[in-house]
Amino acid sequence: MQKVYGNAGEALKGLLFDGMFIASGGFGLCGIPEILLQAIKDAGTKDLTFASNNAGIDDFGIGILLESRQVKKMISSYVGENAEFMRQYLSGELELEFNPQGTLAERMRSAGCGIPGFYTKTGVGTIIADGKEHKDFNGETYILEESLFADLSIIKAWKADETGNLIFRKTARNFNPPAAMCGKVCVVEVEEIVPTGSLDPDLIHLPGIYVHRIIQGEHEKRIEQRTTRPAA
Amino acid sequence: MWDRDQMAARAAKELEDGMYVNLGIGIPTLVSNYIPEGINVTLQSENGMLGMGPFPLEGEEDSDLINAGKQTITELPQTAYFDSATSFGMIRGGKIAMAILGAMEVAENGDLANWMIPGKLVKGMGGAMDLVSGVGRVIVVMDHTNKHGDSKLLKECTLPLTGKSVVDRIITNLGVLDVVSGGLEIIECADGISDQEIRNATEAKIVN
Repeated sequence: MQKVYGNAGEALKGLLFDGMFIASGGFGLCGIPEILLQAIKDAGTKDLTFASNNAGIDDFGIGILLESRQVKKMISSYVGENAEFMRQYLSGELELEFNPQGTLAERMRSAGCGIPGFYTKTGVGTIIADGKEHKDFNGETYILEESLFADLSIIKAWKADETGNLIFRKTARNFNPPAAMCGKVCVVEVEEIVPTGSLDPDLIHLPGIYVHRIIQGEHEKRIEQRTTRPAA
Repeated sequence: MWDRDQMAARAAKELEDGMYVNLGIGIPTLVSNYIPEGINVTLQSENGMLGMGPFPLEGEEDSDLINAGKQTITELPQTAYFDSATSFGMIRGGKIAMAILGAMEVAENGDLANWMIPGKLVKGMGGAMDLVSGVGRVIVVMDHTNKHGDSKLLKECTLPLTGKSVVDRIITNLGVLDVVSGGLEIIECADGISDQEIRNATEAKIVN
């Protein structure tokens, strides 16, 4: 099966529909599928629900889809680096579901593993627990969190081989593997597609079984908080 | 009274050799400047890294290498990277010995509020709820009172909670207090601060 596509528009062909649920990798602006997000903007798909740790900034990442009013709901742990996000949220145009960061990651991972829900201590006794099933195990109280089964996963990796085996780079791995796992179809954008057989099988971070379509592209990889130390 | 750096230096004394530790944003970040000689700790960054190094020199920034505050950082010889689900697996699984973090309010039963002020801009809890309910020991570093002079150590939190009965120790500009059965126990006074001054600035019940 051919997994490599020529560009993002081709790779998303037939996968997008209004009202769909998309899981996206990335943390802040690090390791986000910036090319695929631009292609979704160009496709004009509307009423999107996104599971993504953050919501980008005004002119980069998911922010570009907020600007074009294509997003109906965000499931995130931390937002608000983004003025347009806050404007739409405060005016009621945008729905927001806050998830603790680890709960969000596990809701993705567990969906990909065929587990529909899990119990966690995270959020017990807080507003996150309101309306959720509580259950005691070994004298401690846990809440039930349900997994996130997405229509589509969009992620970013460093390198892919032609079968979709992926390698990530440094902290750009973040939400990309769990996001990849939870969708019916996963499209990945990489900096480099290498011939099958050229990656060490012992060093694959995410096996190609989770990856259906691959594109290679130029990444801007913007830095959100450039911080340095003075030279000694 | 302790300033920000003295509070961070005091918090650094909580570290033990070999510990895996998560440091929050703000004063907790400064703790890494005061790790005592001979104590080796591994810093976890919940976006997927163990063995976090210092900020890079100018020109060495790497957009693929950031901390949980989205700042550029560096790696160390012992660094390991992993995905967010694995990262919070080690947090939820109790593998991280200690978290040092900031707070808006702490209650005498260890309740912690640090993520949301109703009616104000809410940015989200990030990984704070997972950390406080998962790690072995939770140390809060914060000013003893707010800008109006009101105690931040309360009988009950007024803000929405980040975690219920999760705080073990509080380090403020006035001293160190532990959450114990029945309330807070004064462990140590900051330089030039009396036991009575801590009592006067604290709404929470002090048991000793």
